[in-house]
Amino acid sequence: MKHLRFGYLTGPALGVLWTFVIAVTVAVAMSFATGEAFRPSLTWSVIFGIPTGLALVWGGTTLVASAVLSVVYFIALSLGIGPVLTGNVSSVARVAAAVFMGIGIGWPLKVFVEELTMGALTRHEFEEAVIRTLKGFGYIFFTAIVVIPFYVMVMTSLKNQAQLMQNPLDFSIDLSQGWGLFRSYVELITEFNFGSYMWTSFYISVLTVFITLLFAIPGAYAVARLRFRGQAAFSRSILLIYMVPMIVLALPIYIAFSMMGLRNSITGIVMIYPVTTIPVALYMLQGYFRGLPAEIEEAGLMDGLSRLQVILKITLPLSLPALASVSLYVFMIAWNEFLLAFMLLDDPSKFTLTRGIASLNSSEIPRQHLMAGSVIATVPIMALFLGLEKFMTKGLTAGSVKG
Amino acid sequence: MSDIGPPRGAGPLARSEARLAWGLLTPTILAVSLVVILPLLAIFWISVKPVSLSDLRAPETVVREDLRGRPAAPGDEATLRYRLRNSSPSSEITGVTLEDSWPEGLALAGELDPRCQIAEGILSCDLGDWEGGYRETLNIPVVTEQAWFDTDGDVEDTPVEVDGKASFVLTNGEFTLKNFVSVFDGGEFFNVLGVTLFYTVFGTVGALVMGLFASMLLNHSFKGQGILRGLYLFPYVAPVIAVAFAWILLFDPFSGSANALLVQMGVTDQAINFFGERPLALIMVTLFEIWRYFPLSFLFILARMQSISTDMYEAADMDGASPFQQFWYLSMPQLLGILSVLFLLRFIWTFNKFDDIFLLTGGNAGTRVLTVNVYEQAFAVSNIGAGAAVAVVIFACLLLFSVFFFKFMSKEEGL
Repeated sequence: MKHLRFGYLTGPALGVLWTFVIAVTVAVAMSFATGEAFRPSLTWSVIFGIPTGLALVWGGTTLVASAVLSVVYFIALSLGIGPVLTGNVSSVARVAAAVFMGIGIGWPLKVFVEELTMGALTRHEFEEAVIRTLKGFGYIFFTAIVVIPFYVMVMTSLKNQAQLMQNPLDFSIDLSQGWGLFRSYVELITEFNFGSYMWTSFYISVLTVFITLLFAIPGAYAVARLRFRGQAAFSRSILLIYMVPMIVLALPIYIAFSMMGLRNSITGIVMIYPVTTIPVALYMLQGYFRGLPAEIEEAGLMDGLSRLQVILKITLPLSLPALASVSLYVFMIAWNEFLLAFMLLDDPSKFTLTRGIASLNSSEIPRQHLMAGSVIATVPIMALFLGLEKFMTKGLTAGSVKG
Repeated sequence: MSDIGPPRGAGPLARSEARLAWGLLTPTILAVSLVVILPLLAIFWISVKPVSLSDLRAPETVVREDLRGRPAAPGDEATLRYRLRNSSPSSEITGVTLEDSWPEGLALAGELDPRCQIAEGILSCDLGDWEGGYRETLNIPVVTEQAWFDTDGDVEDTPVEVDGKASFVLTNGEFTLKNFVSVFDGGEFFNVLGVTLFYTVFGTVGALVMGLFASMLLNHSFKGQGILRGLYLFPYVAPVIAVAFAWILLFDPFSGSANALLVQMGVTDQAINFFGERPLALIMVTLFEIWRYFPLSFLFILARMQSISTDMYEAADMDGASPFQQFWYLSMPQLLGILSVLFLLRFIWTFNKFDDIFLLTGGNAGTRVLTVNVYEQAFAVSNIGAGAAVAVVIFACLLLFSVFFFKFMSKEEGL
């Protein structure tokens, strides 16, 4: 490490590293966008990265670097050399790729090596530059791994089988079709009954939230506030129950439901879902209740309220944010639940959304339908999540590491 | 002599508080014991029973009654017919009896089956023991009378009562250790256990490390931080079935984009069957697990990081500590608590994970973990007993983990 701590070495090293990172990013992004062949090259990244790194340590601004590099990469792409190699692609794609490369390399790299000088570097300067580069890589990496599967999901749902087989990389969509783009969705709702699955999923989830809260609020209050023997043991056993795997329970539940005729009924599902979420909700709520000042409740007691009135008039209004978090979390669990729905529901008229998607997984049904179904299941929960992100993140951290 | 000293035991206030507490807890305790404790006990019971998927319904006598011959006028002859069968193809029913009230307006014409008799308007038959799949038809010749047509009679008006003793495999006294033998038999079990441990250990550690990196990226405020944080949580929030199918499609050997990309970039010559080859499939499902659950670790670690005061870092800066040193000597010790808690919790939940692998590979290509094995045994092989035996093994492992868990957890984070 010590030998690397000179501006004329660190600069080119980071230059090569970053040039290659951006080359791969551009190649993947352009391939996914246009379906044409773009290929990153390590050798060319070394050849282009060393001078770039050196030049940026020596001087220049982000704007100049981006502009110069864009031009350089456009010429390189046209000549068929450079960190990104491509065949005979349209000039629009070539310009886009060059600008993408120029800005993607020039601007961040200048920021990374800003404090570096040509000569010897302090450890602090050196590590700062390395960490910035690594962070830059981190942003690209995490964004890519999160976005790509969802991108593929959405784009696949808008294409048809023949297009998909012809070039699996071509996700460009033909906007001239207008509403025809959404024919998978229309077919799912008109022919595959997905409208009713959505409704079933929705009301099962809402019912689950209400029943869960009905049980969990009094329980959480008792565990958090009231003194009784076995309180500590009880809070621990909540955690223990939280650890029993669903598949272990699903087997006897399946048998019991088969014998009682509850299998294949919404009633059975609504009976089971809340019980799987009550321990989570109870655990989250009791943590919140403990954090509320007991003095307010005691004041209420002194003023003549009964315990139940205290819960209704003081504790619950104070814990509305926690209730929102818990409700959202429980809603998400119920909406996403797959195992029990898959095992207990066989009748297509009673499917939940997740069960409906599972039924699309057959070789006779085109895959864009499967993806359209996935999008239908994902979008509402994402919208809910993004809209109420603050509650959701709080709820997730409030003691629910379950997944 | 009366005792002098502080009162002992619970006072009336404390007692009423405890009563209220139990009152508030009762519904939860009832519900949870019904759906968690009871099935757990049932699993132990089933694991020592020789029960398969087809045995789930108790054998019973099924009976159909009808009148044959279409009598049109009084005096017409007809046949009262009872068709009976044993619903189970294999189990025996002993001491089968039949009882039905004799229809008004019909008179017996000819011989009655020797096993039957009519007394006080009740037809009763003693049909003996039936083996599995047995069928029987009782024909009783009758003549119609005027009353039959007056009342517009129908033989199905009165319900037929059949009775018999069937031994139901889930409730009888037959026990077996065959399930456990079949689970542990051969090298397969240890293979499954090895796969489970690989998946659990690498899935947990991988998700933690990725979460740590992601939280370091977002541990300073900048424009778009909120958006990125929301984005990085997507894999966890989306329904597992949706993202699992998206992965399957992405890595499809024939028309998957990942393969097309790799071929085009010259990384590989031919398409790779990511979810179908032996060591690769296990690595892929582990990667999926890491991908899906890094957001959770990320969220917790970020919350903890943001609660570390910045004074310490400023002091370290003054003393000349480099960024890596600051991370290693200042941040890591602070994060150790949450990391160990996350590790223990995630370890158990990854061990319990079923949906992900089931959807991605169905447990094929060397990815069968214990939880998937439960399903395979119970439903694919239709041997419910063996499935329950695997479930018992899982439960035993979990008990072992939770002992460790509580030993460490009580010291950490005050859980």
